[in-house]
Amino acid sequence: MARVIVDVSLKPEILDPQGRAVQGALGRLGLAGVTDVRQGKQFVIEIDGTVDRAKLEELAGNLLSNPVIENYSITIEQA
Amino acid sequence: MSIDNIANAVATPDHPQPYRDLGVKDDEYQRIRDILGRRPTSSELAMYSVMWSEHCSYKSSKVHLAQFGDKKPQTDAMLVGIGENAGVVDIGNDWAVTFKIESHNHPSYVEPYQGAATGVGGIVRDIMSMGARPVAVMDPLRFGPLDAPDTRRVLPGVIAGVGGYGNCLGLPNIGGEVVFDPTYLGNPLVNALCVGTMKHADIHLAKASGIGNRVILYGARTGGDGIGGVSVLASETFDADGPAKRPSVQVGDPFMEKLLIECTLEVLHAGLVEGIQDLGGAGISCATSELASNGTGGMQVWLDRVPLRDATLSPEEILMSESQERMCAIVPPEHVEEFMAICRKWDVIATDIGVVTDTGRLVIEWHGETIVDVPPRTVAHDGPVYQRPYHRPAWQDALQADAPTAERLPRPQTASELHELVLRMTAAPNLASKSWVTDQYDRYVQGNTVMAQPEDSGMVRVDEESGLGVAVATDCNARVAKLDPYHGARFALAEAYRNVAVSGAKPLAVTNCLNFGSPEDPEVMWQFAEAVRGLADGCLELGTPVTGGNVSFYNQTGDVAILPTPVVGVLGVIDDVDRRTPMAWAEDGDLIYVLGDTADDFAGSEWAHEVHGHLGGLPRPVDLAKERVLGEILLAGSRDGMFNAAHDVSDGGIMQSLVEMALRSNVGARIWVPRDMDPFVFMYSESATRAIVVVPRDEESRFTAMCGARGFTAERVGVVDSQLDTDAIAASTEDSSNGSEPAQLLQLDNVHGETIRWSVDELRAAHLRTLPAVLNA
Repeated sequence: MARVIVDVSLKPEILDPQGRAVQGALGRLGLAGVTDVRQGKQFVIEIDGTVDRAKLEELAGNLLSNPVIENYSITIEQA
Repeated sequence: MSIDNIANAVATPDHPQPYRDLGVKDDEYQRIRDILGRRPTSSELAMYSVMWSEHCSYKSSKVHLAQFGDKKPQTDAMLVGIGENAGVVDIGNDWAVTFKIESHNHPSYVEPYQGAATGVGGIVRDIMSMGARPVAVMDPLRFGPLDAPDTRRVLPGVIAGVGGYGNCLGLPNIGGEVVFDPTYLGNPLVNALCVGTMKHADIHLAKASGIGNRVILYGARTGGDGIGGVSVLASETFDADGPAKRPSVQVGDPFMEKLLIECTLEVLHAGLVEGIQDLGGAGISCATSELASNGTGGMQVWLDRVPLRDATLSPEEILMSESQERMCAIVPPEHVEEFMAICRKWDVIATDIGVVTDTGRLVIEWHGETIVDVPPRTVAHDGPVYQRPYHRPAWQDALQADAPTAERLPRPQTASELHELVLRMTAAPNLASKSWVTDQYDRYVQGNTVMAQPEDSGMVRVDEESGLGVAVATDCNARVAKLDPYHGARFALAEAYRNVAVSGAKPLAVTNCLNFGSPEDPEVMWQFAEAVRGLADGCLELGTPVTGGNVSFYNQTGDVAILPTPVVGVLGVIDDVDRRTPMAWAEDGDLIYVLGDTADDFAGSEWAHEVHGHLGGLPRPVDLAKERVLGEILLAGSRDGMFNAAHDVSDGGIMQSLVEMALRSNVGARIWVPRDMDPFVFMYSESATRAIVVVPRDEESRFTAMCGARGFTAERVGVVDSQLDTDAIAASTEDSSNGSEPAQLLQLDNVHGETIRWSVDELRAAHLRTLPAVLNA
């Protein structure tokens, strides 16, 4: 068993309107000193047996993320 | 990091510069050196490269586009002509309207959602920088075959992007087109049109005059998105090996744009602004050089004051960034405080980045060092102009000789074949219902939409008291343009003109989006030159001036160019939108007339494309003098209450128009093939300059007298009938038992001595199923 975690976030140069909106709200709700917020999404994938890293990279780069505007990172936790 | 300032450029004249990587040709680079009398700094090179790109400088198209001005028809309606952000047209009652189309083809192929979304955002900013409030958008779209895998990647993203951005802005999307053709597979066309309205006094221009006036950048912060996008994305062809090149694309924020619209209109109406310009392609480079070039002629800018999203950006990148939702205003010093207060109110960041000078130079500083010192005209307006070679393609004659005659393409012979054909054509991707697309757009937000897809034109009310409104239609049969670019452009113009007139609006002005392959290919260049000549001649003949537009070149994959696609948008005015003519017929007993002459015209037709995959022949040239008469009849008939409905006849011929009218109203009709006419030709020929009108019986004599007086053919071909004898069909279908409401039928008589019938329900099922069957799969 392995647990694969794929984190997907917008590339740093890409505008993140949702992050901006959250940043504004954090300030309004009393959290001082917030200079930037970037948001993303996380996939948690449970896999039986061994992990095909190459296949995983391919799918993370083409299916789970939009390679034009997003980066991804993969973390594998062996059970 | 050392900055390449002017002193450094003077001191190191032989420093090699990567101009070729920026798309600057050897002779262009030499010209920059000649203008400056030294080598450009890296920042200057960035500015020249982006402003002299095809996309910004129109260097290949300029010599041809001049015809739109040279052949301009005499009209009092034009308040602002070509060359500004968008042309402005007088529609009466002190109201003016501005409208324009732009392309966002390449970005939408790379990243469909954001590409299409920022296409909408860009054209909306163009409209508001004229001082107008954007009131509606439209999107003419073209994709590869519906069932191609890449279409399923691109199309849903584009539609979601158009809808997402426009819906968030609260702008109704009132029409456009969705067309499929294999040549668009690696190169979809995403064109965006916006219409804005204003009072005459509110018209504003992009110029920086008044020495001492401040240059204020407002809107979103500048980030690293789309750097060089304008030159790289818009001017280079996609290689066949596809996704390897992934330039950073722009991401839009429609909520920011909404604030920008309100903020901009408030500062304009408060009279605080001398000149204004949106930041689109080429960003700050474009805005500062164009404003300076159009105005007093000098400007000093402190680039380090530009608020950044990413502090590591270099000055070259800041100059080229295409970050969205930014504007630049020229504000007299005494108004700066009030301007800033309004921006604060709307939560819009505004920064004083410069001042108007009388030096005749655009000087840009970066932390105390001068990095740009150029004559602004040389950047903005005096770019290179190319007389690209062009010639008629060798294959053009063979293409035109391959006419779709009855011998060349087998035609349906029997009533039963024609019955089948109607169901097939109704479901053909190019003729099928586009509600899968348009249902994702908000068509009625703001409450002023009077007509939207699938009507012939989109119509919005401008003045609530009088009901004054405008109608806009965009059209282009690119297959006809391929067969004959000159006549194809006139065809597109005629169709858009007719679509406006058919809804009861008087056509006033034209915008265009000319989508073509590579201008470096002489055969493509010929198509372009012919199309521009045809459109300019056509506008002169119809009396509708071109108010502006956009050219998109390099639409090709490898060596294969798209069909030449000169999309034409026509805007018309209607005194009272309550008097519009809808496309749905309603009243039993109303008479169905075909206006215009039907001949054996199948070159470039939807039938030849759909059934035979054939493109060939020489389309009969459209007679624009006749088109104008048809327009007069449609307008006069509408004004005098002679029509209960009307619909343009174009793609898919009379039959497709009748089917659409029956579906729109859910009421049947009895149609007969005129004597001496071949049923198939009657049904599917695509002769131009025709429309269907629905005339109440008591208006018939007045109507026929009007057509007779103008020498225009009007032939009665049917009658609206919701009570057609349903027995025949009831007996043959299983669900005849639940019949409280009579089934609505479309009946066609005199088909080789037989009668054919379709239920409106089966036509609707065929019409609706095509797009969902592929796109929801």
